[in-house]
Amino acid sequence: MAPAKTPDIAAKRLPKAQYAANFTDLHPPLNAHEALVESDRCYFCYDAPCMKACPTSIDIPLFIREIQAGHPKSAAKTIFDQNILGGMCARVCPTETLCEEACVREHAEGKPVKIGLLQRYATDQALSEKHPFVRAKSSGKKIAIVGAGPAGLACAHRLSMHGHDITIFEARKKLGGLNEYGIAAYKSVDDFAAKEVDFVLSIGGIEIIHGMPLGKKLKLPDLQKDYDAVFLGLGLSGVNALGVKKEDADGIEDAVNYISDLRQAKDPSKLKVGRNVVVIGGGMTAIDIAVQSKLLGAENVTVIYRRGAENMKASAYERELAQTKGVNIKQWVAPKKVLVKSGHVVGLKCENTNSGETFEVKADMIFKAIGQTYIDVTGGTIALEQGRIKVDAEKRTSVKGIWAGGDCIAGGKDLTVASVDDGRRAAESIHSFLTA
Amino acid sequence: MADLRSNFAGIKSPNPFWLASAPPTDKEYNVVRAFKAGWGGVVWKTLGEEGPPVVNVNGPRYGAIHGADRRLLGLNNIELITDRPLEINLQEIKKVKREWPDRAMVISLMVPCKEEPWKKILKQVEDTDCDGVELNFGCPHGMSERGMGAAVGQVPEYIEMVARWCKQHSRLPVIVKLTPNITDVRHPARAAFRGGADAVSLINTINSITHVDLDSFSPMPSIDGKGSHGGYCGPAVKPIALSMVSEIARDKETKGKPISAIGGITTWRDAAEFISMSAGTVQVCTAAMTYGFKIVEEMKSGLERWMDQKSYATIEDFRGRAVPNVTDWQYLNLNYIAKAKIDQDACIKCGRCYAACEDTSHQAISNMKDGKRHFEVMDDECVACNLCVEVCPVQNCITMVQQTSGVDARTGKKISKDYANWTQHPNNPMSVKAAE
Repeated sequence: MAPAKTPDIAAKRLPKAQYAANFTDLHPPLNAHEALVESDRCYFCYDAPCMKACPTSIDIPLFIREIQAGHPKSAAKTIFDQNILGGMCARVCPTETLCEEACVREHAEGKPVKIGLLQRYATDQALSEKHPFVRAKSSGKKIAIVGAGPAGLACAHRLSMHGHDITIFEARKKLGGLNEYGIAAYKSVDDFAAKEVDFVLSIGGIEIIHGMPLGKKLKLPDLQKDYDAVFLGLGLSGVNALGVKKEDADGIEDAVNYISDLRQAKDPSKLKVGRNVVVIGGGMTAIDIAVQSKLLGAENVTVIYRRGAENMKASAYERELAQTKGVNIKQWVAPKKVLVKSGHVVGLKCENTNSGETFEVKADMIFKAIGQTYIDVTGGTIALEQGRIKVDAEKRTSVKGIWAGGDCIAGGKDLTVASVDDGRRAAESIHSFLTA
Repeated sequence: MADLRSNFAGIKSPNPFWLASAPPTDKEYNVVRAFKAGWGGVVWKTLGEEGPPVVNVNGPRYGAIHGADRRLLGLNNIELITDRPLEINLQEIKKVKREWPDRAMVISLMVPCKEEPWKKILKQVEDTDCDGVELNFGCPHGMSERGMGAAVGQVPEYIEMVARWCKQHSRLPVIVKLTPNITDVRHPARAAFRGGADAVSLINTINSITHVDLDSFSPMPSIDGKGSHGGYCGPAVKPIALSMVSEIARDKETKGKPISAIGGITTWRDAAEFISMSAGTVQVCTAAMTYGFKIVEEMKSGLERWMDQKSYATIEDFRGRAVPNVTDWQYLNLNYIAKAKIDQDACIKCGRCYAACEDTSHQAISNMKDGKRHFEVMDDECVACNLCVEVCPVQNCITMVQQTSGVDARTGKKISKDYANWTQHPNNPMSVKAAE
């Protein structure tokens, strides 16, 4: 037997056909029969708890009743009224901690109505149809939106509906923000993020300018001067540091970058992945990178998290998914020292945060998934709170005429659906401001 | 172990579960399968006069309405009497009866409303050694247009006349099958017994159109774009059948006469209810057509277990026990006070009781307690209408609790243990006043 390579990082770890199977839809869509059977389970609750648990307050009982009564496209319209990115949210929302956790059938039987899958069933049918909203008569007002992530897109769509003209400035090549670059590949197959962006923009009245990151060529005062209102959906561009020595050794990567590469990869078999992978963190990103490393053929994937399960941002459901895929999750473990050989990581010395005991884990790759930070690009003119942009309930910043939403604002929940809600709320606030 | 044997108007069967005259009893093959499955008897599908048989449509014969999960609730059909030659039917009946002597073999008959045809067919069926005949005066479609079936059943004089002929020309027990498509079922029932019939069976099917096709605007089932009313049966008609059976069971003229109950009987419980309403046997069709003959196993074991629990050794021990409790509205006790009560441990907080009560009834349920979702009945508003009980998805979560002492919180009146009905009520202008 040949000695193990150090470091062992390679592409094509799996038979070719395995990649397609591994990166297919995590939850296949419901067919028409399944959707009818499932929609029959909804009790049409009064003041429904699911609806209250939805950050965008989608009228869930109504849309399910519309599916049940044979009009899934009406169901889609009901969803889009509150959440124009309802298609992606149906795929990526942690429904097990939102609508489905609140479902009375979860309470009654431990089996909630599959709201997420029903939402996907409805929205999938509408996406190829004529755009369901019509723009109001032109208001002659111009609004600049920085960032074409979920918050920016939702804001743009709602403002366009109200008849305003929108310009979106986007730094990256593609629109969609984390929907395009950040979501695990098996949650958004078939280029869905891009298709959804096309759907959102098909309302019209939204101009896109690429390659214009704020703070560089694009200056906030110029936007304030040239537009009637500004919305900032900047996201989080910084990554937290581990705070251990040799953090810059080869083989240590930011999980978000790797996930982005994976999402953009046409052929995942060409992506290199370590035989032994360690992920540091306890959120959705940590789970996503761990599962995807496994799906790319990594042999041993270990997630270490410094606190217990109850503190992990990844839901019990997501953790279980990871464990089913063969990921080892170690709680109460913190990184102590990166072990390096010839400039490349070979392992991680860890410490049990309860006992102080230390141990080593082999690692050809280490992914950092310990959260992202807001990097100010506004020139310091906007007030921050806990390191992110401070906003009020209507998503107004401290500066008149500037709104913000999504992950860049204080109190942000790092959820697509919450960002969509921010964008829509900001749009309504901007609209009343402009038409007052 | 309870004894399920039945002796109905002299017709013996090992259990009271008969298959009604319908497609499941049209030929030897089906009937043998039914007997193998354990059915106590059959009413062979209606035979007509000798000669060229009737023809059925060559398009759909059935339509249906469904509940959740496509559970069939009501079935309608436009099938006619047997479309097989009389001679073949008679041969098969004779053969099956010889092979299954312990099972009830009743033959349904329908010939023109003249003495000769009845006399003739009765002689023919007697040769089969069958146990009795059932006169089909109920079929509401097709045959009624030809002066048979319901066309006879809607004229009490005809019923009496034909029943008399049959008793004159045959030694067999005669059961008259009644149509529900009349105003007062007591009149045809009385006529049947006046004519000498040994028993009545009811209900036959109800005139119905299940749907309209919204593309072609054809009634369903649709034959080349046209539809005709069919006969409706299945679980949806059970309450109608139960009421009609109760009317005959408590009518002065027909009280105590044998009744074979038909109408939506699906489980042992339905059967027990009809028997408690004085039925001697129950006839089943839709349940068998929906689920197959095997359902009789649940019916028999269920009835047996319930009888054992209640210490009823035979069917006669509880038969008719509900009849004395059927009364006219005017004799209901107006001093009986109940209030709905929600079992908070069983409540799944769907709020349907609240929506029903608040929107459509008496505003007697509160939906909040200490800022939390909580549903509770307010005794000072509750009229005990039972709507909340019926809309609640959890069985026995909401119950009606009798108030036996104190004051009715709604009316402020002292709860009386005395019986008092509308005939005695001061608001009734016709009330019987005590002598002054």
